[in-house]
Amino acid sequence: MSDLEVQAELASRPGHAAPTRRFGAAETVAGILALFLVVSAVAPQFLAPGDPLAIDPLSAFQPPNGAHAFGTDESGRDLYTRVVHGTQYSLVIGVAATAIGLGLGVVLGTLAGMLGRVVDFTVNRFLEVLFAFPGLLLALLFIVIFGPGVATATIAVGLSTAPGYARIIRAQLITVRSAAFVEAATALGRSRWQILWRHILPNTLAPLFVLATLGIGQAIVWAATLSYLGLGAEPPTAEWGAMLSAGRTYITSAWWMSFFPGLFIVLTAVTATVLGRSIDRRMRHI
Amino acid sequence: MLGRIAARLAGAVFVLWAVASVTFCAVRLVPGDPAQAVLGGPGSQASPEALAVVRAEYGFDQPVLVQYFAQLGRLATGDLGQSYALNTAVGPLVLSQLGGTLLLAVLALALAWVFALALATWSTRGGKIASSVGSGLEIVAAALPHFWLATSLIVVFSIWLGVLPPISTDGVAGLVLPVLTLAVPLAGFLGQIMRESLLVALESPFVLSARARGESERGVRWIHALRHASLPAISLSGWAFGSLISGAVVVETIFARPGLGRTLLNAVTLRDVPVVIGVVMIVAVTYILMTLLTDIASRLVDPRLRLI
Repeated sequence: MSDLEVQAELASRPGHAAPTRRFGAAETVAGILALFLVVSAVAPQFLAPGDPLAIDPLSAFQPPNGAHAFGTDESGRDLYTRVVHGTQYSLVIGVAATAIGLGLGVVLGTLAGMLGRVVDFTVNRFLEVLFAFPGLLLALLFIVIFGPGVATATIAVGLSTAPGYARIIRAQLITVRSAAFVEAATALGRSRWQILWRHILPNTLAPLFVLATLGIGQAIVWAATLSYLGLGAEPPTAEWGAMLSAGRTYITSAWWMSFFPGLFIVLTAVTATVLGRSIDRRMRHI
Repeated sequence: MLGRIAARLAGAVFVLWAVASVTFCAVRLVPGDPAQAVLGGPGSQASPEALAVVRAEYGFDQPVLVQYFAQLGRLATGDLGQSYALNTAVGPLVLSQLGGTLLLAVLALALAWVFALALATWSTRGGKIASSVGSGLEIVAAALPHFWLATSLIVVFSIWLGVLPPISTDGVAGLVLPVLTLAVPLAGFLGQIMRESLLVALESPFVLSARARGESERGVRWIHALRHASLPAISLSGWAFGSLISGAVVVETIFARPGLGRTLLNAVTLRDVPVVIGVVMIVAVTYILMTLLTDIASRLVDPRLRLI
């Protein structure tokens, strides 16, 4: 199993599937947070007009106060501004990594699910081998080959999530393939590719959307972890993991330097989980 | 059952061979001359003579296929090669680090199970509010990144309260924060899955029949329902173990604790390829063994599986 499969499994458990049409409290909060995060990513100036890299050595290491809601860092940069502007980096990295993982997963999963037993067997063994590098290990292996940096870290996270996507998509394809409407299309003499494109893929897209939502939260956490370990984005970039990494030096005196960037990572991950599950539940009960 | 285990072992050998091959190809992909890497990277300006000596010593001058089979042969006899940076044998180095990480992972897994069980039993009994609080706690716990949880725990318990050491020492006190850091997010995942299956189990006919036999509520919950509810969590434990090892990279680095994770991160930073491969191989072996163990554990708990 991969992290993603666990997430997907949790999202589809029956206990979550209370068929309500109303938005629950958790969903409302998650929706507001998602809106806040998207605005921070698209128009950070709107929420935090300052410059995230502007230094002000005279007001370094200020704890949270009226002028600096999240405090300031070692060069007097305003942490609230940096955290808001950092959303852009983290979301872009998360979305890009998810796109890579999902893209590879769709290709591998479709090959395995559609091209018969030999391909299925080969792809499955290949995935099994990739699963022997749990969690971040595959990403670390990739980074040791291609060197650290934002681009390699993003690709590394994407690659290490790909096997999970592939296996879920394969399972989904196999379920859809045996549905009555596919049988009907076959009986009507449609070609294999026509059936794949017009009937099977559209019916696997909806679950993919849920997966991607759940996956983005995971990808952001992993990318931030790599930055924290010094293998992704580097300080003074206003990326959340890099900010935490910079705050580590001053942990004894300035807790706020580590606390707030991390809080935003947690909020993003929780938002992704709650929204992913909410979408999943709604789709199942249409 | 024995046949199944044999099949799984054969599968494990295949996966190991493939892991070895993948890592061998990966090393070929590392840009630059490996002999240069042994002598301290491109900045070291090693003389051509020194490079030639290293090439001959490590076998870099042989054809690729010869190197491949030589490496497979060495791996089969347990020889993981020489570290570029430390100039020691990788096998003993990695093995000496394995114990610390395993201890961390096993303790964290056990603690996560305790948390998850407590949370699941409490939140399924306490009515609607307990159930919402429980599921909220689980979702947040599951989303906590290890590095943030670790720094937050250090701030609270080491700096503010001063009760636990921020750096992992030899004693039990030094283990508390690292284990807690690994256990809490995992408990979030295990708790969610356990609560859901506990709810399903409490509705099922075998619980009704146990109640009809006059069994106490405690007996029903702890003996019948929990046994059923722990099945999906047991099958998750293989995955959990993998994610614990991956989490150990972060936790061991933050708490300055010796172990596989920290060795791996140092090797990645120094691009010490043989050590990276050594750690990855050891992790793959332990991971495969762990999935085998969870498979056996599921069979012990679930009599239905023993029929297949």
